[in-house]
Amino acid sequence: MAAETHRDDLASKTGMWLFLFTEMLFFAGLFVVYSVYRFRNPEAFHLAAKELSVPIGTINTIILLISSTTIAMSITALQKKNKKFALLLIGITIFLGIAFLVNKYFEWGEHIKEHIYPGSPVLALRGQGDVLFYGLYFFMTGLHALHIIIGLVFIGFIAAKIVKNKIDSESFVLLENSGLYWHLVDLIWIFLFPLFYLIT
Amino acid sequence: MENEKNHIIPYRTFLYVLALLIVLTLTSVTLTQISLGAFTVAAALIIAGIKSTFVLAIFMHLKFENKMFSRAVVGVILLLAAVITITLLDYLNR
Repeated sequence: MAAETHRDDLASKTGMWLFLFTEMLFFAGLFVVYSVYRFRNPEAFHLAAKELSVPIGTINTIILLISSTTIAMSITALQKKNKKFALLLIGITIFLGIAFLVNKYFEWGEHIKEHIYPGSPVLALRGQGDVLFYGLYFFMTGLHALHIIIGLVFIGFIAAKIVKNKIDSESFVLLENSGLYWHLVDLIWIFLFPLFYLIT
Repeated sequence: MENEKNHIIPYRTFLYVLALLIVLTLTSVTLTQISLGAFTVAAALIIAGIKSTFVLAIFMHLKFENKMFSRAVVGVILLLAAVITITLLDYLNR
């Protein structure tokens, strides 16, 4: 086996950023759709947005912010050769990501219990504006939740590599890239939260 | 090859940023609860913008990375702003 392996961390990170740009464009498209429909149905969007729970949304925002902090700190820990602390911080990140999903599950569950979900006949009776608002709400928060799940799997793989010393204080660009992905998921939520929960 | 300049960001920097982000979140919740009319949307989006800047600069290391990354991010944000503005101008003036 060759003792020397070729690495290019800058290229690796550039690739990750390019991917994140496509994600930003993707979500920005959805934000444009949201803005236009909101502009065309101001009254319905105003009333529908009032039905979302601000406390749950706020708690989830803070959960994601803390999880972003812990994954960022794990890089510092690994650079300082403190592998155990790095793994602990990654573990906290994964735990918080799951907590976010659990909250989302209960939140969606409440809506579905009230027969509010895409394609629901009860929702259809409330008019086009409500159908659009909740359609976008379920699609965008669902897509965001899917990103959380992908992020958790990604970070899980990285944690396994750290355990096996495949990622260490000398070579940690993969941890940085998984962190970048996780922060992007946080960034998207920073905009989803005010648009759906706060602006009524 | 020159991999990683090994810039280590201290833990406390992240904790300060976290504290700031939580304060900004609570500010935006409070501001939008008291009705500011049309100003509400602007306030919420400006605060979201400030929060994003901190996440990008500190959590995503843009402040400490090769300048190429921050320039590219600014470019993408300008592109998004242009697309959103032009689309909305179209809809608002129909």
